[in-house]
Amino acid sequence: MIQAVNTATDSAPRRALTTRARHRPSHLGWLFLIPALSVYGIFVLWPILQTIRYSFYSWDGVDKPQWAGLRNFRAVFTDPQLTSTLVHVAELILFFTVIPVGLGLVLAAIMQRVTSRRVTSVARAVLILPQIVPLVAAGIAWSWVLSSSGVVNQVLQAIGLRHITRAWLGDFTTALPSVGLIGAWVLLGLCTVLLSVGMGKIDASLYEAAVLDGAGRIREFFAVTLPSLRNEIAVCVTVTMISALSAFDIVYITTQGGPGNATMVPGLKVYQLAFFNRQVGLASALALVLMVIVILCIMPVQSLSRRSGDE
Amino acid sequence: MIVDTNREVNPRRGWRRAGQVTGVALALALTIAGCSSGTKASSSPSTNPPTTSPSQSSSIAASGGPPTEEQACGTKPVTMQAYVETGFPDVIDLMHLFTKQYPNVTWNIRQDQFAVLTQNAPLVLSGPNPPDIMRLPQLSGLVHDHLLKNLDSYYDAYGWSSFPSAQLAQLRMPPSGHPRGSGSLWAMGLNYSLTGVFYNKTLAANIGMTSPPKTLAEFDTLLAKAKAAGLTPIVQFNGGATGGLLFPLQQLMADYGPTDAINDWIFQKPGATIDTPSNLEAVKHLKQWIDNGYFNSDANATDYAKMMSKFEHGEGVFMFDGDWESGNLDKLMPGQVGFFLMPPLKEGDKYAAMSAPLTYGIAATAKHADCAAFFFNWVATNPDARQINVEVGGSNPGGPPNLPIPVKEGTLVAQTLAAGKIIAQENTAMDFIANATGAIYAQAWTPEVQKLFAGQESPEGVLQKVQAAYEQEIKSGA
Repeated sequence: MIQAVNTATDSAPRRALTTRARHRPSHLGWLFLIPALSVYGIFVLWPILQTIRYSFYSWDGVDKPQWAGLRNFRAVFTDPQLTSTLVHVAELILFFTVIPVGLGLVLAAIMQRVTSRRVTSVARAVLILPQIVPLVAAGIAWSWVLSSSGVVNQVLQAIGLRHITRAWLGDFTTALPSVGLIGAWVLLGLCTVLLSVGMGKIDASLYEAAVLDGAGRIREFFAVTLPSLRNEIAVCVTVTMISALSAFDIVYITTQGGPGNATMVPGLKVYQLAFFNRQVGLASALALVLMVIVILCIMPVQSLSRRSGDE
Repeated sequence: MIVDTNREVNPRRGWRRAGQVTGVALALALTIAGCSSGTKASSSPSTNPPTTSPSQSSSIAASGGPPTEEQACGTKPVTMQAYVETGFPDVIDLMHLFTKQYPNVTWNIRQDQFAVLTQNAPLVLSGPNPPDIMRLPQLSGLVHDHLLKNLDSYYDAYGWSSFPSAQLAQLRMPPSGHPRGSGSLWAMGLNYSLTGVFYNKTLAANIGMTSPPKTLAEFDTLLAKAKAAGLTPIVQFNGGATGGLLFPLQQLMADYGPTDAINDWIFQKPGATIDTPSNLEAVKHLKQWIDNGYFNSDANATDYAKMMSKFEHGEGVFMFDGDWESGNLDKLMPGQVGFFLMPPLKEGDKYAAMSAPLTYGIAATAKHADCAAFFFNWVATNPDARQINVEVGGSNPGGPPNLPIPVKEGTLVAQTLAAGKIIAQENTAMDFIANATGAIYAQAWTPEVQKLFAGQESPEGVLQKVQAAYEQEIKSGA
């Protein structure tokens, strides 16, 4: 009883303090949020809402829009010109995600073995350069490298492989893989640096334990390194997948979707539909479907990384 | 009351916070939406009175002749808004010359590539400060949306009936936008281009070409000789979003069939089709050229600029292009380049070529429409303006046929202008098949000729697919 009273009297001033302190931060908090929320609302949420609205109409951008219901969405899933774009970005994921993550792991592991700090920092700087070069400039440079008289063909001729030289970006079978390789080049450095930093954070004692248990280099990699890098890999996969699914810059600069729609991707198709075909409703529907696909692809990756939980 | 000051943040409270934040964000977005003015959809398009403006009719009544500069542009300083295409220095030179002759008129010039112009046209023309003159892509959609000023009153005021009617036919259409070829006048051409075959004189001499071929068969022989000599017979662009093989294809179509049928299809006359037996012959002939290796092997990766670069470096004997390059080629390869019109099927048949106006129009709500129309007339009739058009642009300035076309003898420009006279006499000018609808070039023609080049499409397939896309686009009002 006495204890209870004591606690009561003791906590009274504390209660008043904490109550007042609890209210003021939350008001201030809203004030800090409003500028960023407004920008987000105007430039992200509002256009998304408008796009959802446009997707239910048939509209040329100037005249009166006509109600189209679900017709645009049906077209996205039945018109081969539109469904093929979704297939193309699925192929691009192989290049944009699998190569940078896979090769990045290998490169990061190699860089970990190298003891000289100068070598590793120079290597990291060189690998991250493609991220700093503007994508448009990189695309133009690569279209020269891959042209019929470009560096790639010159090297192939020099080593006696003249018969496989071609205009890589103009050939129906090699155009999409070529675009994919350009994307892999851009994203490799990002993944390598991310993974290499992640590797640096791994507790050395885990490696010692593995060695004590008799694990070789490869076993060590799969048993210790890879599981510890789960979060970094998830980030890499997320970023590269979004890059692949929403690809526009690289395709626009190098092939504009050609030859013959072999490299047409949804991002470029939305642009064409909206501004050249003047079919704003169909473009909006395709854009929405793409957004949903991106979310559906990213969610499992995010949940996988969250499951790693108590680290 | 015991207060637990050490308690953890209630996770349920965290969720509520998140919900509150999202709610505020959405509310903000919707409030701003509600406050902002409605979208373009809700505002009605501006109507375009087709009658003559009061000042116009009074000036005609008063002077009895075409409006003078004071009447059209006024005496106070005027700044004209111009939205033009990159790569046409002749247009910029014309505007500067106009200011020299009429100092009260200055120009605010914005330049963009053709693809960007196409994309921006509807938005710019319906915007708050529309251009007084603007380079226009495909017209039908813009006319349909009431975005262009009807030029019929100016046609009457300035007496443009003295211009050959074929020059302006491509710019005429009813307010619905199609079929083209007749109806009100919606734009003018600052000059008139012509297509044909450029050839490298040195390389042509090497394969024994002494004079331009007179028949298609003679041309085929020359191409075979070039291939046998290890040269690239034809260097042509066909990459990216631009299927340049359409140039030789349309020339072949005009060889095998009548130009009227092709123009009917381009102008969207009801019942017109591109899938005809004579056009099929043309596509098959093109396929023969492709299979014989007459084109540069990387055509599907060659864009227009690269094609010009290759030709200028002597990497091709022939090139299908237009006289807009005559001025450039005269400067970069003086005396080394010749030009001939595509030879007909049989000797004595008519020559045909694609010829299109460099289309410029006036926005429906432009502030200085009268002055813009005066500029159009001035470009076609003023001697100094015509000289710039020819010397810098290398193209035919159009206008009344009795006015002289000032040109230096022996230049490439002289050759292309002489060829233009032949086409005008034979009345076989065609619009470009790429212009049939707003999207047919990017959507159908380009992928199809790219596939044809790679052996992935049959000649029949090309025509069938293009016709199907054409019918679908007309139905949806492109």
